[in-house]
Amino acid sequence: MSLLSVKDVSFVYSPKTPFQHTAVENVSFDVNQGDFIGIIGHTGSGKSTLVQMLNGLLKPTSGSIKLDGIDIWDKPKEIRKIRFRVGLVFQYPEYQLFEETVEKDISFGPMNMGLSEEEIKERVRNAAQFVGLDTELLQKSPFDLSGGEKRRAAIAGVIAMDPDILILDEPCAGLDPLGRDVLLAQIYRYHKQRGNTVLFVSHSMEDVAAVCDKALVMNHSRLEMYDTCDRIFSQADRLSTMGLRVPQITAIIDNLIAAGFPFHQGILTVENAVHDITEYMKKEGRL
Amino acid sequence: MRDITLGQYFPSDSVIHRLDPRVKILSLIAYIVLIFCTFNFVSLALMAAVVLLIVLLSKVPLKMYLKSLKVIIVIVVITSLLNLFYGTGEPIFQWGFIKVTWEGIKNAIFVCVRIICLILSSSVLTFTTSPTDLTDALERLMKPLKIFHVKVHEIAMMMTIALRFVPTLLEETDKIMAAQKARGADMESGNLITRIKALVPILVPLFVSAFRRAYELAVAMECRCYRGGEGRTRMKQLHLANRDYISIVFTLLVIAGVILLNIFFKFAV
Repeated sequence: MSLLSVKDVSFVYSPKTPFQHTAVENVSFDVNQGDFIGIIGHTGSGKSTLVQMLNGLLKPTSGSIKLDGIDIWDKPKEIRKIRFRVGLVFQYPEYQLFEETVEKDISFGPMNMGLSEEEIKERVRNAAQFVGLDTELLQKSPFDLSGGEKRRAAIAGVIAMDPDILILDEPCAGLDPLGRDVLLAQIYRYHKQRGNTVLFVSHSMEDVAAVCDKALVMNHSRLEMYDTCDRIFSQADRLSTMGLRVPQITAIIDNLIAAGFPFHQGILTVENAVHDITEYMKKEGRL
Repeated sequence: MRDITLGQYFPSDSVIHRLDPRVKILSLIAYIVLIFCTFNFVSLALMAAVVLLIVLLSKVPLKMYLKSLKVIIVIVVITSLLNLFYGTGEPIFQWGFIKVTWEGIKNAIFVCVRIICLILSSSVLTFTTSPTDLTDALERLMKPLKIFHVKVHEIAMMMTIALRFVPTLLEETDKIMAAQKARGADMESGNLITRIKALVPILVPLFVSAFRRAYELAVAMECRCYRGGEGRTRMKQLHLANRDYISIVFTLLVIAGVILLNIFFKFAV
């Protein structure tokens, strides 16, 4: 049985008013334990609405979302329990920091879960370690941190709840190139070490190709594709009709293949490309 | 969060929408003063009829007006009840310390109708006038105060900015609430003190972002060489049209009507 099962889910904003707007329409997909899924789609395609339904912040207008086979809206009064199991990190999460110290802020989620003090301390330390926050920063005010550190502290606040599924809505937006690479690597390490399921909303095809196993493509409120990354990124033409593209390196290799070079299709990272190109050059005797 | 209708602009294309905002503001002030100068039922009925006519002319859905009335319904009920029971004069009904008099009933109806007219008339102004028009008009109307060194332009600019940021801050509040709920914040249950405490995770980020926005806006305004109101021209000049003169005459007629009715029916009620 899949961990999360989304079936025929739709969401309509302000229904029965002149401002009525369908943000998500008849979306169905399954997520298995341990998946690392990238969610891509142009602005306004319904990604953010979709992820807010997955943790029960928005209630689907129709359709069902099942976690471990149980509809998350079965007991509306216990929806908070769902939010602890499906952790959602919003876009620009640093704007939600409010406590006096970073430690207290990261503790906010675990405190709401009603855990013991030692357990909370332990979780805060682990979460801070996962996102690479130094221990001495924990006693500082979150407002004294740098932009990148604030972002990490906010992500740690969700990781500290130890959710079964971690959803990140554009976690790298607005970070410098080094910051994004480091953050991405940390999220990947978290996924590998804990074996947790991660859903990763992003505009960067490179980021999705680098860390995700599967990708889910949203287009005009509908689920357009849901497959492994290499199969999705081998359809450059179809993606470009949706205002998306394949990672740069994939485009380069695709062009080389079109020019007659014997490379494999579906190369997603620079490392793989370098590997294939050196192999080829060795075979040709040029290296 | 989004159902705050009081003070919300509702774009449409009615006569009332096209009126000069200065005329609308002055007429509203006249109307509010008049509402408290009605001393009998006939003049009160005239005032109610006037506001209903304007409400219909404004082409704003009646639902919107009902929504803004819903906010103050409690106040209307409480003040009417107080007036009902604290009337002086001959009691027509008495039970213990509670007594109802004709005077009380009359006062209750008066207060009720007055408050409703007050809310409806001011709703007409905010529904049919965009915030920028409103502050523009206020700036023009307050111009004479410059003699007393009142910083009219600065006040108007502050009002414009405040109004401009109401929807932005509401949206921001929604976002922060969602983010804290995602971390398990519980805002729906508990007693008063726990509920007030539950607001801290929302208010602190909201204030921080309000200050950040204020700072950014100040820098952006300076970048565009904003130096206050001295010698500043405006894109939209306000000019009085025929419909404005007609409505001024209408307002004057209503004023005269209320005064006459007050004198004429002095002993009627």
